[in-house]
Amino acid sequence: MSPPPPVAMLAELTHRCPLACPYCSNPLDLLKKDAELDTETWAIAFRQAAEMGVLQVHLSGGEPASRPDLVELTQAAHDAGLYTNLITSGIGLTPRRLDALEAAGLDHVQLSMQGTTAELADWIGGYKGGFARKLMVAEELKQRGIPLTLNAVMHRHNLDDLDRTIEMAVELGARRMEVACVQFHGWATQNRGMLLPTREQTETTKRKVAEAAERLKGVMAFDFVPPDYYADYPKACMGGWGSAGLNIAPDGTVLPCHSAQMIPHLTFEKITDKPLAEIWYDSPSFNAYRGDDWMPDTCRSCERKEIDFGGCRCQALMIAGDAAKMDPVCRKSPDHARVAQMLEDAMAAPQDGFTYRR
Amino acid sequence: MSLHIAPHERPYLPRGVRLMRDKLRDQTVLLAPEKAVALDMVGEAILTRVNGVNSLDEIVTDLAQTYNAPRDQIAGDVQRFLQGLRARIFLRVHP
Repeated sequence: MSPPPPVAMLAELTHRCPLACPYCSNPLDLLKKDAELDTETWAIAFRQAAEMGVLQVHLSGGEPASRPDLVELTQAAHDAGLYTNLITSGIGLTPRRLDALEAAGLDHVQLSMQGTTAELADWIGGYKGGFARKLMVAEELKQRGIPLTLNAVMHRHNLDDLDRTIEMAVELGARRMEVACVQFHGWATQNRGMLLPTREQTETTKRKVAEAAERLKGVMAFDFVPPDYYADYPKACMGGWGSAGLNIAPDGTVLPCHSAQMIPHLTFEKITDKPLAEIWYDSPSFNAYRGDDWMPDTCRSCERKEIDFGGCRCQALMIAGDAAKMDPVCRKSPDHARVAQMLEDAMAAPQDGFTYRR
Repeated sequence: MSLHIAPHERPYLPRGVRLMRDKLRDQTVLLAPEKAVALDMVGEAILTRVNGVNSLDEIVTDLAQTYNAPRDQIAGDVQRFLQGLRARIFLRVHP
């Protein structure tokens, strides 16, 4: 059966970023500036994406504002008919640039939030002065009425500050808030001991988010990403491999998810070599984990297979050693004990500082 | 804040939320921040009447006449549908 066309595309315009967040989910080997696609190639990618059914493009990175041609890229995506969403730390967005982005048709901004004070946020982001600049950008967005989602990346060292984080999102005029607990991919894995929240923090967070969502009904909407190591069942990673979304890396490599390149036996193709539609429908990498043929018996016979699609392939590789195994977060997984062990190790880990992404 | 919409209130799609004709899938979608909602015929009929000018009451009356359907039933359906969008801030109302 032919897969449905993709709905969303993540365009990782660059891996460059002024911040040094310890939970960076980008791969360990970052692409340099000279490997990045040029403006025109991105414009072609946007047009191909729209033609094959993509409705929304998420302009991301790294820090997308590190691209001097961000306005032209936004214009190209808009002209292709795509809904444009900018995922940013705010660093590099001057008032003049925001004017130009607005004129280019930018639909929405997702602004990341590392913490609620300069001390906390700049410590976590590893970038002095970042918090103050972010607040200026948030104010500029509010003045212009650009729709804003605040993405609060939460972990052991800022979860206790969740109430204030929610208040701040309301003050900044966000319509929507993502309370996104750190997921462990890429660089983040080496900071697991510092980042994994306690079970108590996790339970408190769930309760607080539910309460805030009720209290702020009609004012701000919530999306909550729990720390999946504490879950009984895996997350529906990407809504299923190669089913709803795709990702283009800064050098044009087309990926089913942004960390898929860690799966060593898969070969990924580039937008500069083949049309996007051909890669989506026909490439061995996109077809590798579609449907349920690849699934272990436990998943294939599971009543939840249409809910979580077998979970995250990268996590299966990382923890169970094979991308085709069950996501070890699932309590039915024979490797589930490894997740429990990781939690135990993280809780005992010294809280002696982050390994920053630099 | 209650999500309930009063008859005189005039619902609208806020900036960043819009309808789009999706030719490839032959459907109308509601595009919103980081979300695309495929609309069925009912959703489309409601949202094409939402423009910040028509009151809820006028929208319901128009739908009841156009589809020759009981007004109370239409009122309930429209209220439910619009409240769902309002909860996600995909819809706001002028008082």
